[in-house]
Amino acid sequence: MPFESLSDRLQMTLRRLTGRGRLTEKDIDEMMKEVRLSLLEADVNYKVVKSFTAEVSAKAKGEKILKSLTPGDQVIKIVHDELKKLMGDEAAGVNYKVSGLSTFMLVGLQGTGKTTHVGKLANFLRERDGKKPMLIAADIYRPAAITQLEVIGSQLGIEVFQLGTNVKATEIVQKGLEYAKSKGYDLVIIDTAGRLHIDEQLMDELKDIVNIAKPDEVLLTIDAMMGQDAINVITSFNDLLPITGCILTKLDGDTRGGAALSIRYLTNIPIKFIGVGEKLDQIEVFHPDRMAGRILGMGDVVSLIEKATATIEEEEALKLAERMQKGSYNYNDFLKQIRWIKRLGSLKGILSLLPGVGREIRNLDIDDKQFVYIEAIINSMTPEERKNPDLLSMSRSRRERVSRGSGRPYQEVNALIKRFEDMRKQFKALAGIDFEKLEQNQMPTNFPKMAQTPRKSRGKGKGHGNFRF
Amino acid sequence: MGIFDIFKSKAKRKEAEKYRIGMEKTRKGVFSRLKKILGSYNEITEELFDELEEVFVMADIGVDTVVEFIDELKNDPRVRGLTSAAELQPIIVDKMFDIYLKGEIVNSNLNFNPNGLSVFLFVGVNGTGKTTTIAKIAHKLKSEGKKVLLAAGDTFRAGAIDQLKIWGERVGCEVVTKPEGSDPSSVIFDAIKKAKADNYDCVLCDTAGRLQTKVNLMNELAKIKRVISREVPDAPHDTLLVIDATTGQNGLSQAKAFIEATDVTGIVLTKLDGTAKGGIVLAIRHIYNIPIKFVGLGEKLTDLEYFDIEKYIYGLFAEMIDDEE
Repeated sequence: MPFESLSDRLQMTLRRLTGRGRLTEKDIDEMMKEVRLSLLEADVNYKVVKSFTAEVSAKAKGEKILKSLTPGDQVIKIVHDELKKLMGDEAAGVNYKVSGLSTFMLVGLQGTGKTTHVGKLANFLRERDGKKPMLIAADIYRPAAITQLEVIGSQLGIEVFQLGTNVKATEIVQKGLEYAKSKGYDLVIIDTAGRLHIDEQLMDELKDIVNIAKPDEVLLTIDAMMGQDAINVITSFNDLLPITGCILTKLDGDTRGGAALSIRYLTNIPIKFIGVGEKLDQIEVFHPDRMAGRILGMGDVVSLIEKATATIEEEEALKLAERMQKGSYNYNDFLKQIRWIKRLGSLKGILSLLPGVGREIRNLDIDDKQFVYIEAIINSMTPEERKNPDLLSMSRSRRERVSRGSGRPYQEVNALIKRFEDMRKQFKALAGIDFEKLEQNQMPTNFPKMAQTPRKSRGKGKGHGNFRF
Repeated sequence: MGIFDIFKSKAKRKEAEKYRIGMEKTRKGVFSRLKKILGSYNEITEELFDELEEVFVMADIGVDTVVEFIDELKNDPRVRGLTSAAELQPIIVDKMFDIYLKGEIVNSNLNFNPNGLSVFLFVGVNGTGKTTTIAKIAHKLKSEGKKVLLAAGDTFRAGAIDQLKIWGERVGCEVVTKPEGSDPSSVIFDAIKKAKADNYDCVLCDTAGRLQTKVNLMNELAKIKRVISREVPDAPHDTLLVIDATTGQNGLSQAKAFIEATDVTGIVLTKLDGTAKGGIVLAIRHIYNIPIKFVGLGEKLTDLEYFDIEKYIYGLFAEMIDDEE
């Protein structure tokens, strides 16, 4: 696969080396090659990769690692720690004026998500910081950009100031700011047109806007899928404008987002927010340490745990855990858990946060619809059957009825029941284990397994051969 | 020199000028380093290969493709006998052509339906320039005398329908629309029906940008494609994946997923007028066999060219050629 994680790569190298006893410096060099390729595949800047691997290699050659029983893990740990160190540990905050109207503006290349993130950010700051935001539509070039911002504004209930496309952007900003002050808003976010960093005329326009608006934050949107050119773009924008931070967008895809590392390494600009979906609430504060894991393909356990605890009502979870331990776990509990997981967001997203599952998951087409099917099957069971799972396990005709009722194939019903029973056994066996552990480690890993009836991928010849990867 | 002789005729050079201007920054950025590197080594050493690798990786050519390329270069019998680094240059260029051409004749024209309506579908991740590309291609086809209809199949992103409508007015093309949130397949269905009734030559179908990891949205694309094939046999005659030249290694994942969902037949490489090299498309051709059909070189309607590998490579290596004369 093209996007093998670093852990996969290192494990493969180690396999080649097993049976040779202790690692030599040459083996470490071999592993560093893998680290290098892995980072390049994550789109980390070539120069950054070079100096980074040199640093890590020096550390890894220390006595401790070579003598350790698990040198592979040790190397991964060093890489991870170094990355973490590099990305900084603290999330950067936003700068407001102490009192009065704060002004933010978003700038960037075309198609990086400025307009969408103007909306998302306004909404986020309104909710988190209690701000009263207004938006200014200063993209007079792209057809319908103003309409787009207006639609977003109306979806969020946030006012959008615009003067059409025949007025200069600077004038729109000027008038917009006056308007915002008169209306008592305390935050204005300016949407600007996308432009190439080498387009002098348009970059001058941005400078003019900066002079007029004297923004507290000038945020540069960077597409997380961006390749080696990211650093050119960032340096150019930063040279011409007082960039105060970056927003890394489209991180909900499978990109590893190595640009984030390059930004930190080569400039002092902090990444402040990340865009993680098309919905207007899908923006998060950037946590540098978590990004380190993602670049390595190591998963992001902290985010997952945070996501989970925010969504699952603790009391209910406790009750459920109790039932699990007693072995009285049934289909009602199961359904409840499915719904929790559904609320956590896309299944693939969740799984990719778990370390270790990374590789298999990337090779699987996971359909969140599987949840719908599971729900349909459980909903077709009688209340009696849901409470007492044995009824189904023992009766073929009941299972057949459930299959007809849910419109799912008989085999699928059987598979679900089989897996449910396996789980129930596991839970029984786990009785007595610390609850916290149970919730964090067992639930997320067990449920997805149930849901993934691996689907055969569609399509014909193309893209289905065995590539070298 | 062989390969560069192509550019020695005046006419060819003039044609290549546009690429040259569009890719000026590209050329100056990274590929001019190639010459410098070759010039700074007297002999062929491992370090030289490392530096070459850097040049190609910086152009976003896929990491595996580069590694393979460098390996092949090292083991090329022509290289083994060489004594000076400068002699490597024609072999490198030659091999660049090989990566793309693979010994085939690659046609970058659109596949028109000889028996009537041609349907072209545009797909890609968010923000690569699908809608703008459609406008540019509509403009091109219209100037070639075709009757062109646009289908506003991006019913999801706020303002996308209006964006295409405005382009439609500028180009002078009708645009079939439905309200935001409608089923994109039904918009495209309506457009095809209208195109058949009013004797259009081609329909260009816009779709919403989608990240390739969203299974449901990829299924939606597959459905759009089914609807099109049902209405016009053998359609869509081309399914073009629009890729932003700034895209890094993720371009491979995009190509793979979109090929699976829609049998992509060609690539449109947009925003090549920046400093990004768009090298990932070479890897896409290398690995998935999909040719590049168009390149976008600016924001104007006329800033679109049929892809021509000779010109592309000319754009990348132009300084070297000039210096030789």
